[in-house]
Amino acid sequence: MPELSTLLAQVFTGLVLGMIYVLLAIGLSLIFGLMTVVNFAHGALYMLGAYFGVFLLGYTRNFWVALIVAPLMVGALGLLIERFLIRRLYGRSPDDPLLLTFGLSLILIEGVKVFWGKIGLTLDPPRALAGAVDLGFMTFPAYRLFLVAVIVAVLIALYFFLGRTNIGLIIRAGSRDPLMVRALGIDLGRVWLVVFGLGTALAGLAGILAGPMRGAYAEMGVTMVIESFVVIVVGGMGSLLGAVVAGLLIGQVVGLTTLFVPKLAEIMVFMVMAVVLLVRPSGLFGEAGLLE
Amino acid sequence: MSALRAFAARVGARPVLAFWVFFVVFPFIVPNRTMATQVLIFGLLAMGFNLLYGYTGLLSFGHAAYYGLGAYGAGIALAKLHVGSLWVGLASGLLLAGLGGAVIGFFCLRRRGIYFAMLTLAFAQLLYFVGFHLADWTGGDDGLRGIPQLTLGLGPWQYSIETTLGFYYFAYVLVGLAVAALKRILDSPFGAVLQAIRENSSRAVACGYNIDRVKHLSFVFSACFAGLAGSLDALRLTVVPIESLYWTTSGQVVMMTLLGGAGTFFGPFVGATTFLVLEERLSLITESWPIVIGAIFSAFVLFLPKGIWGTLTGGIYGRQSA
Repeated sequence: MPELSTLLAQVFTGLVLGMIYVLLAIGLSLIFGLMTVVNFAHGALYMLGAYFGVFLLGYTRNFWVALIVAPLMVGALGLLIERFLIRRLYGRSPDDPLLLTFGLSLILIEGVKVFWGKIGLTLDPPRALAGAVDLGFMTFPAYRLFLVAVIVAVLIALYFFLGRTNIGLIIRAGSRDPLMVRALGIDLGRVWLVVFGLGTALAGLAGILAGPMRGAYAEMGVTMVIESFVVIVVGGMGSLLGAVVAGLLIGQVVGLTTLFVPKLAEIMVFMVMAVVLLVRPSGLFGEAGLLE
Repeated sequence: MSALRAFAARVGARPVLAFWVFFVVFPFIVPNRTMATQVLIFGLLAMGFNLLYGYTGLLSFGHAAYYGLGAYGAGIALAKLHVGSLWVGLASGLLLAGLGGAVIGFFCLRRRGIYFAMLTLAFAQLLYFVGFHLADWTGGDDGLRGIPQLTLGLGPWQYSIETTLGFYYFAYVLVGLAVAALKRILDSPFGAVLQAIRENSSRAVACGYNIDRVKHLSFVFSACFAGLAGSLDALRLTVVPIESLYWTTSGQVVMMTLLGGAGTFFGPFVGATTFLVLEERLSLITESWPIVIGAIFSAFVLFLPKGIWGTLTGGIYGRQSA
C-alpha cells in the first residue's frame, strides 16, 4: 500500500482531472440536451482554448486577461460554427452535425499545426500561482487548487444561470419540449446560438485551464473528447448533475489506477463505461428513453 | 451527366458482375498499382461500415476496432504463432474481428440513436489502448513486425503474392467474394429487415421483427468485412502499425463512405478511390492535406449528403440503393 499522503495527492490529482472532464462534459451535454447535436469538435475547441491562451499570454503577458479572453474567442468561433454551418443541418438526421463537426475538428487540428507548428507549446501559470500550497497533510501545486476553485465557481454560476434566470428557464424548457416553447412565441434559433456559444466557451475555458498543467498540442483534444463522451454516457445524457458526478468519478478512476496499475489507467475509463452500460444502460442519472 | 447516370444505373443493376469486370482492369487505369490494392482493401472496409450505416442506419465511429482486430488477428497468427498458412492467418483475423464485433456490438446496442456513435468510438479507443499496452503480442508503439509473405497454397497450385500485381489479384478474388456475399445478404429477407429498421424501426418492431438481434447480426457482419480488410492489409504491408486501431482510421472509413455515397452499393469503392487519389495528390502539394480533405468532407455533409455515387444513382435511402 502506498503512503496515505501519496494516496491523497493522487485523489487530488484525480479531482483536478475530473473537474476538467466535468467542464467539457457540461458543455457537450448542454449543447446536446437542447439541440441534439453531438459536437465532435468539442475536443478541438478545447485545444484551441489552450492555444489561444498561449497566444494571448505572449501578446499581453497577462494570464488573467488570457484566462478571460481565450474562452470568449473560442465561444465566438462556436457562434460562427452554429450560425453558418450547423444551422443548415437542423431537420436532418442527428448523425449529420456529428459528421460535420468531425470534419471541422480535422480542419482545426491541422490548422493549428500550420499556425503554431507541430511541436507542442508550454503555457506558464501566473507567478502568483507558481508555487505549492501546504495543506497541512500534504503540499499541492497552487495552480491546481486554483483550477478547481475556478471550475467550482463556474459550475455554481451555471447552476444559477440555468435555474434562476429567464433564459435559463427557456433553455431547460427547450430541452424538454421544443415544440411547446416555440408555440409560446420564443425564437429557439437564438437560444440555440447562445447555448452553442456558451458550451464551446466552456470547452475553451477547460483548454486554457488545462494548458499550464498539460501544455498545448494539436491532438490534446481528441482523447479528451472521447473520454468526455464516456463521462456523458456514464452520467446520463442531458443530465448536468450526471455530468458532474460522472466526471468526478472518472477522474478518480484515472487518478487511482495511475497510482496502483499505471498501464490500466486509460483502459479503466472504458471499463467503467462498460459496467454502467451493463447495469444501468441509461446512465447513472439518465432517464430511460430521453433524447434517444 | 445523363450518360453518367445511365452508366451508374446499368452498373447498379448487376453490381457483382460490374465489380468483377471493372476491377480486373483497375490496376492499369489508376496512377499506381499500390493504390489499386489500397482501393480494394479500404473499399472493402468502407463497404462493411456501409452495411451498418448506409443500410441499417447505425453510425459507427469505431470501425478501426474491427479493421485492427483483423490485422492483428492475422498478424499474430502468422508472426507470433507461426501458423504457416495464409488461409489460417486470414481466418484468424476474420474470426477475431467477428468476435470483437459480437462483444462490442452487444454493449453499443444497449444505447440507441446518437449514443451509438459515441459508444463505438469509445470502444475502439479502448482497443487502441489495449493494443498499445499488450506490446508482447502487438509490438505496441512499434507495430507488429515480421509477418511472413507466404506463398498461397491452392491444392496442388502455388500462387505468389509477393509482387504488387500478384497481391492485387489475390485481394481482387477475396474482395470480390466479399462483395458477392454482401449482395447476397442485402437481397435476402434479412437484408430487407435491415433497411426496414433504417427507415422506421418502430414499424419493424410492430411487424414482429426482433430488431435488436437483427442489428446485432448486422454489426457482426459489418465487423467481419472490416476484419477481412484488416487481415488483407496486414498481409500486404507485412506489418501492423498501432494506428490501425486509432480513431483516425475510423474517421477515414466514415469519410470514404460518405464521399462515395452511404447506402449505395458502390459508394464505398468510389469514395475509397476518391479519398486515396486526393490524399496522394494533395500530400505532394502540402503537408496540411488533411485540412483540404476535412473541408471537402464537411462540404459534402452540408451540400452533397448523398455522396458522389449516391448523387448519380439517386441516393442515400433513395429507391435505388445500387
